[in-house]
This record gives sequence, structure tokens and C-alpha cells, in this order.
Amino acid sequence: MGVYDFFPEYEVVRNDTTCVNCRVCERQCANGVHSYHPEITPARLLADSTQCVDCQRCVLLCPTKSLKIVQSNNTYKLNNNWTKKEINEIITQASTGGVLLSSMGNPEPYPIYFDKITINASQVTNPSIDPLREPMETRVYLGSKPEKLTRGPDGKLQSNLGPHLALAMPMLFSAMSYGSISYNAHESLARASEELGIFYNTGEGGLHENFYRYGKNTIVQVASGRFGVHKDYLYAGAAIEIKMGQGAKPGIGGHLPGKKIVDDISRTRMTPEGSDAISPAPHHDIYSIEDLSQLVYSLKETTAYTKPVIVKIAAVHNVAAIASGIARSGADIIALDGFRGGTGAAPTRIRDNVGIPIELALAAVDTRLRQEGIRERVGIIAGGGIRSSADIVKAVALGADAVYLGTAALLALGCHLCRACQTGKCNWGIATQEPDLVKRLNPNVGYKRLVNLMRAWQHEIMEIMGGMGINSIESLKGNRLMLRGVGLNETELGVLGLKHAGE
Amino acid sequence: MYVIIGNSAAAIGAVEGIRQMDESSQIVIVSDEPHHTYSRPLISYLLLGKTNEQLMKYRPDTFYENNNVTLLAPHRVTAIDPTEKTISLSSESKINYDKLLVAAGSSPFVPPMTGLDTVEKKFSFMSLDDARALERAVDDQSRVLIIGAGLIGLKCAEGILGRVRSVAVVDLTDRILSSILDEKGAAIVRRHLESKGVSFKLGTSVDNFEVNRAALKNGEHVEFDALVLAVGVKPNTGLVKALEKDKPLVNRGIITDTKMRTGINDIFAAGDCAESFDISLEANRVLAVLPNAYMQGETAGINMAGGNAEFNKAMPLNAIGFFGCHVLTAGSYVGDKIERSEGETYRLFFAQDNLLKGFMLINSPNRAGIYTSLIREKTPLDNIAQMIFDDPSLAAFSRAERKSMLGVVRYA
Amino acid sequence: MRRIYVNEEWCLGCHLCEYYCAFAQTGGASMALALKDKQINPRIHIEDAEKYDSKGAEVHFAVSCRHCVEPYCVKGCITGALSIKDGVIQIDQEKCIGCYTCVLSCPYGCVAPADDGKVMQKCELCLNTTSGEPQCAKNCPNAAIVYEDRG
Repeated sequence: MGVYDFFPEYEVVRNDTTCVNCRVCERQCANGVHSYHPEITPARLLADSTQCVDCQRCVLLCPTKSLKIVQSNNTYKLNNNWTKKEINEIITQASTGGVLLSSMGNPEPYPIYFDKITINASQVTNPSIDPLREPMETRVYLGSKPEKLTRGPDGKLQSNLGPHLALAMPMLFSAMSYGSISYNAHESLARASEELGIFYNTGEGGLHENFYRYGKNTIVQVASGRFGVHKDYLYAGAAIEIKMGQGAKPGIGGHLPGKKIVDDISRTRMTPEGSDAISPAPHHDIYSIEDLSQLVYSLKETTAYTKPVIVKIAAVHNVAAIASGIARSGADIIALDGFRGGTGAAPTRIRDNVGIPIELALAAVDTRLRQEGIRERVGIIAGGGIRSSADIVKAVALGADAVYLGTAALLALGCHLCRACQTGKCNWGIATQEPDLVKRLNPNVGYKRLVNLMRAWQHEIMEIMGGMGINSIESLKGNRLMLRGVGLNETELGVLGLKHAGE
Repeated sequence: MYVIIGNSAAAIGAVEGIRQMDESSQIVIVSDEPHHTYSRPLISYLLLGKTNEQLMKYRPDTFYENNNVTLLAPHRVTAIDPTEKTISLSSESKINYDKLLVAAGSSPFVPPMTGLDTVEKKFSFMSLDDARALERAVDDQSRVLIIGAGLIGLKCAEGILGRVRSVAVVDLTDRILSSILDEKGAAIVRRHLESKGVSFKLGTSVDNFEVNRAALKNGEHVEFDALVLAVGVKPNTGLVKALEKDKPLVNRGIITDTKMRTGINDIFAAGDCAESFDISLEANRVLAVLPNAYMQGETAGINMAGGNAEFNKAMPLNAIGFFGCHVLTAGSYVGDKIERSEGETYRLFFAQDNLLKGFMLINSPNRAGIYTSLIREKTPLDNIAQMIFDDPSLAAFSRAERKSMLGVVRYA
Repeated sequence: MRRIYVNEEWCLGCHLCEYYCAFAQTGGASMALALKDKQINPRIHIEDAEKYDSKGAEVHFAVSCRHCVEPYCVKGCITGALSIKDGVIQIDQEKCIGCYTCVLSCPYGCVAPADDGKVMQKCELCLNTTSGEPQCAKNCPNAAIVYEDRG
């Protein structure tokens, strides 16, 4: 530490009384925090907190529970304007001259609207349903639905239904590229999706040849860099997603450093080994809804209209108008990504200051599409900040068909939100390509944990729906009467389309 | 009716082999020792005080009962009649057999020595009764002279040293443990034994005995109070040798095939009295070590009971220790030498035709079985990383090989 | 019968199995109390091979008794201390006299001296410990050691 550094914000605390010097902490820290010193008496493990990212790996592996990581109480003179965070960021940038980088979702204390919305339950006049005794449907069909039914001369219904995604439950794993996360993380997501009857998403990293076998549970992404896109890839998936934007970094592109582009990743992305893979901020062929429509239809043409096309955008100020345009572009599904959404790397200022909360964006889009009478033309997937089954129920009642889960899935795989993905040294084997670290995520374990989490949430969703007296998730969609706001002002309630609790 | 002559490792192996195939038929064991089956190599540990007669039992007290075995002991078998399928006992009774196992072991070999009849306290060191007799004959003032610096003589020296005033060992060869160690290895073990108080007269032999005095051929004299004769052993082959007609049944030991059959129908042989095919030397020889005896016996037992077992893994295998100095050897000392020694640690390997053939390890016993397995399984050495000679590890094997070791059910 | 199986693809070389093994043998309630300032002598060992697998990761793997169906160690044991009970190879340390014949016999190097060096010890699947199930497998953080029936 020099004079232009700052004291570590998190400190490693070791209980030397109980530590048995097994050195698992030392062996398992990719940041080199722990070191064993037989030369001192008694021999001890020491910790260098300046290198600690608080990923909790050592804490959880320590067999005697002799480690913990605490927030440092080293304090600057208190100042509500110039907080420690602001000061430290300035110190860092004065040293590096660079853009601050971080990862995962926006951690700043903006309001979380899900926590100010409560869910209704049946009492007396309309009976609740016991999901253990009665059928309870969580199946969702994602895609464009016909505006009206047509019948043939024989009076029978004519099928004019486009391609759909059938989900056993209203959840999908959101786009995370092979490259940003490891092979084993991808395998875990793919196998879990297959077992659960849901989908995972390649992100803009292409599809590893070994994972084509999970194609029927895969959404393949086409983004501004077009990395990894070819005909077989488009055909391999169950749906194609055009990524226009990402909640964690609206308005900017992506950047996978060359050092992460090795071997299989280079081959899968179709980019040269060792050179940075930069996805441009815009798609250079899309400057209007009409341009977007051309891409939608060129992808549909390529795949003979067998795959639904998703357009994913970040939740920004005029999201409702944009969504209206997308719904008219020929896309089958709109994915909205709120500003809490995660990322493997983003400029901190963008992540923490750009975009809007998913709850407001979702409600605004659903309202707008209904007002325009085109809500059924598209399915809506909401992502970026979904933390629990309760959030899913609220999102569906606000108008979503299904939700994207990224951070929650990573947490199930071992992530502890240390927000250091951009270093590539993920101690949990998720956001890394170092073979010794990748190995730490055993997909046999990982996929089961994802399955466990999704099944648990599905069960909770059924219970909540049963409580409301609703036996199908489709009946909950956009059913805002099932929600009430608590502690929200009139504007917020207006955007959300909710009554206040007690009304 | 199964009849087994002998009551040690090969006999017990046979009982356990028979019982894998046949849970009920009667088994008769005839033994000339009046004891429950015990571990013969433990007699030196008995003298050391590290075991006792109860702990020495090779199988639990209930073994005979649980396996429906009748133990006839002490009884000596005098003859086998393969035509009538009977054996004769010294008590003049006869026992019928359907299948017979000769597991008669070996006896001390005592070469003619002038004046040996004048020695009052002289002992062999092969049996529990030998050990008890020696124990009774000595006290802390006794001087013990052991003739023979082989495995038996030196284990006797280790066992008795703490109970007596002195122990001297005489051997005709110029090094100790000459059957299993080379000069350099023998010197390490000798130094260790000498540091504990055993004295050696090597490269010489006894010219004559005169009561308590041995005159050596090199001119020295050794005074002693008790004499232990551990020059060698001879396989007890007489019962089978007596049946020999046109074809040989016995070489140095009883000739057997890999199913442990002798040259006579329904008669099997196993243990120290039998020969087997040494896979490291690729020749038949007597391999008088306990693991071979057990496995030969078990193989014989399975085949006696109608099974189909082969013992084709025989080789010399010696694990012996003296006052904490461990000597582990296996296989045959043929081919090129590979040495990894340091100080009093001796590691010498023998390789031929891309196969490990044998090794000697002194003061370096850990995981030695990995080497034994290379000999036993005839693993091509060019598939193994050479680091294995520095340190026995599974890391030296290929990943696929390791997977077959650690990822599936192993039969051995 | 359930046995310990090792999959080196997932072994991280963290050595926790060795500590949980050593702790299980003490029968104590706290690892800190049981192992503090002690040199452990576990029955399972990690080999940290100085080489890399096809993916470029360091090779580590755990080795413990295979509980062979036809075990050389049991057949060769000169005292009868080693025996098979319900498929599990167990050692009676009272009978063992530390002759090392089993060490010389085991193809996997999985029988080794106990703390005092005078008798041998080996994995007995924790069946004789208070936990009653193999602690190496139970506490392996990456399922590189599993306790299951593969026939």
C-alpha cells in the first residue's frame, strides 16, 4: 500500500486459536491472499487483505470455521457528500487514469419496487387452491399469439400460430456467454435447462460444439459483434435472440479481453485467439425499427420461420415506445433488462447510473402494448433484478410472460457476488477461463443446484398462486389487481398501474 | 470329504477357498502341532513381547467351528494311498479323502557339524514350541549363538536380544540375508543390527562344537549358553515323494501346476512344501513366504471344491523388519539395475525387457506395493513415468490407467 | 457395495479430505481441538502430480483403499489382522505387528503406518467412527470423491 492507495474495504479475520494450518485457504485463493509461514513460531497462515475480493471461498472451505471477512471500520472523516466510496474511486482513477470497471449488477441503494409491492390472497368469498391437491399450471408458451381466431369453411379452427417456446415454468436462464463464464458453468445451465424443460441463452459467445446436443433448450443470441453466428448455430437453438441492449450497460457494447479468448472460446466465437472481442455499442445495420425488422426477418428466413425471434433491450427511459416498435417489427418476444441486471464486466459509472428499474419498465411496456392492442403479438420476458419466486409472481402480475434469471443462477452455482468477474480469477470456477479455476465448478453438482433452485421456486410460485385462487400462471399475467403498492407515491403507482394497499 | 495335511497359512487358505464353493462338506485338518492355527512368523515377536499366543492365532477361536472343520492334532501323517484314497496316521488309523491337500510346510535343515551332539541347549526356530523352548532356556545372562544369518536366524536374533546377555550370528556367506539382499543392502541392515548389539561372524562356519564352545573355521572361538540352528529349511515332500513311480512328483518341492494340482489325481499341494511358477524369474521354485502359501492354499481349496482357480501371480515377496529397519524385497534380481539410494536408505530396482523384475527397499517401505504390482501385472515400464523410482505414486501412471484403479470396482 | 471412488477431473488438490479423515479418526467433536498443532496422518492421500490434464489444469487426485474384492493385503497378512467384513477391509490393530507385508502387497499404496509407526492403518470407510460414513466423500467440495455403489 502506498500513500495513493486506500485501506482495504474488507478485511480477512483469522481465528488463530482454531486454525489448524490445513492451508485450504491458501490453496484455494486465486488472489494470493493467504500464505503459510513455517518460518515464524508458531507457524501460521497470514492474510493480505489488500488482495481480497470477499468471494467467501476460503471462509466456506475452512474446516474449522476460523475465517471470516468483515467490512473494515477504517474510516475517513464522515462526510455525507464525499463518501468513502466516492473518495476511493477518485483515488483509484487518479492512479490509473482509466475507466472504473466492475461486474454483476448495480449495487447502489436505488428503490427496489418489488419490495414495495405485496400480493393478494383469497379469503372467504373466493377459495384458495391447495397446489398439493389440485392441478396447478406453471407452463408458459412464449411467442406471438394471433389477434383473432379464424375458422375454415368446415367451421374448424385454422391454425395460424407461429413458433413458440414452451416453458415448464415461467423462468429462463439469461444470456451469459461462453467466455464471460466458463465451460462448466455453461454445461450446468444447459443440463439444468434440459432437465427442467426451460431454456438457457448463449449470450454473444457462440455455442460450443459439445453443447449442440442441448439445442432444444438453448436460445442462441445474435448481438452487435455477430460473434459465433453461422447457419448451424442459428438452427441449433430453439429461439434466436437479437441483443440490442443489456440492463447493466445500456448504450454500450461489450468487451471480452484477448487473454480470455483462448482455444475453444476463440473457435466458438469465431474470433482470433488472443485479440479482444469488441461488440460495438450499436448494431451498425440497425438505425430504426425498420432496420431491426429486416434483421428479424432475415433470421426468420434463414431458419425457415421455425424459430421465434426475441429482441432484448435494456430498460431505458422511453422503453414503452421502443417496445411498441419491436412488437411491430415482427419479433415474437421482447426481453426487457432492468438496470439491476448483471454483467461480466461494465464501466462502473454506466452500470450504476444508466437505465431504469425493471418493475417500472415492465409495467410501462405492458400498459403501452395493451393500450395499442398489440400485447398479444409478443411475449414479454423481464430480467435484471429478479431475486426470488415472489419477484417472479410480481413480475408476471405486472405483465411479464416469463423472467430471465442470471445472477440468481450464478448464486446457485457458487457465486457470492464479489463483483470481480472482470479479473477473470473467479474462485468459484464461474467467471474464469483458468483451467485450475474452471475445474472448481463440477457441472454434476452445478446443474443439480440449478434444478433444485428452479424446482423450489416453481413450488413457491404454485403456493402463492394457490393462495390467490389462481390455478394457471397464464391467468396471473398482467393481473395487476393481485398486487398493491406499499409506500409508493401516486406517480409510481400510476406507472406500475397499481392501487395502494388498502385501496 | 476334504482332508488337509497341515494347519498353517496354506491350510487355512484352502479352508477359505473350499468354503467359497462348498459351504457344508466336512473338512479334516491333520496337524502334528497341538495348537490352534497360528502365525509362524510371529514367534520372534512372541519373544519380543509384542504379541501373545492369543493374538498370534492366525484365525479367530471360532474358525474351525464356523467352517465345519475337524482338527486332528497332534497327529502325524505317515502315508498316502492314492488308490484307496486314504491317509494313514501315526496312530495307525486311516482317513478317507475325496480331495487331499498336502500343506505340510518345511522343516529345519541341519547340516552335519562335528560335536553338535555335545551341545545341550540347541534349538530350531520354526515353530511356537521352538520359541517357547528357547525362551525357557535363556535368561539375561545367556550368550546365544545363532548359526545362519538368514530371515529366520536374524528374526530370532531380534526376538531374543532383549532377553539375553549377547547374541552372535555366524554365517558361511560374507553378508547377512544373502537370499534377499546384495552386499550394499546387507551392509546397511548389518550396521543397524550391530548398533543394537548383535555381533556377526561372517564368511566362516563352525568347525566343531564342544559343549558350550564353537570353534570357527577362521580360528575364532565363540562361547555360548544356547545354540540356535537356522541354517536353512527343507520342504516336507516325503509323503508325495513316496508315491513317485515313473514320472517325477517332486523337485526341490512338490511339483504343482497353476491350479495347485500335483501329479496325482485329487491330491493338491500348497505352501512351503510346494513349488510354484515364479512369474518374475519365469521358472518353478519353492517360494516359502506366507502370502504365497495362503494364495496357493486358497487356489487349491477352490479347485478341490470343484471351482476353477489359477494362481499365476507367485513371486518372492519379503517384508521383514529389525528394530525399526524395514527391508522390503520382491521379485527376482535380474536385468538392469536402477538405484535411488541415499544414506541408509537403499532403493534398488531390477528391470528387464521393459518390465520391472525385482526390487530391494531398505528404510523406505512406504507404498512399496505399487512396485510389487508393476512386477505382478507385468506393466510395461515405458508406460510409466520414470519418477516412480524416486517415489512410488499413482501419478506416474497414465490417466486412463488411474481411472481404472480409482474409478471402478477393483478385484485386486 | 458402496465404495469410495475418485474422479480426478474434479479434484482440486485442496487436501480437505485428508483433514476430515484425520478428524474422523479422532472421534472428537471439534476439528480445532482434535487437530490443532498436530501432524495429521490420514488414511486418504492426495497426490499432487506435477503435470497437467488435457484442459491445462493441474492434476490432483485422492487415493484411499479400494476395498478390493480379492485383496492381496488380506491374503498376505501374516497375522490375520486384516480381514474382510461385509466387503470392507478392516484391520485389527491389536493383532497387527507392523511387518509391512500389506504395504508390500497393496497395488495402490493404501496401507500405511499408523501414528506410532508400529501398526498399520487403512481406510475403513469411517464405519467404525462416530460419523459412520466416509467423511472424505461427504466433505469433498467438488464431488471428486464419491461414496457410491458401482457393483
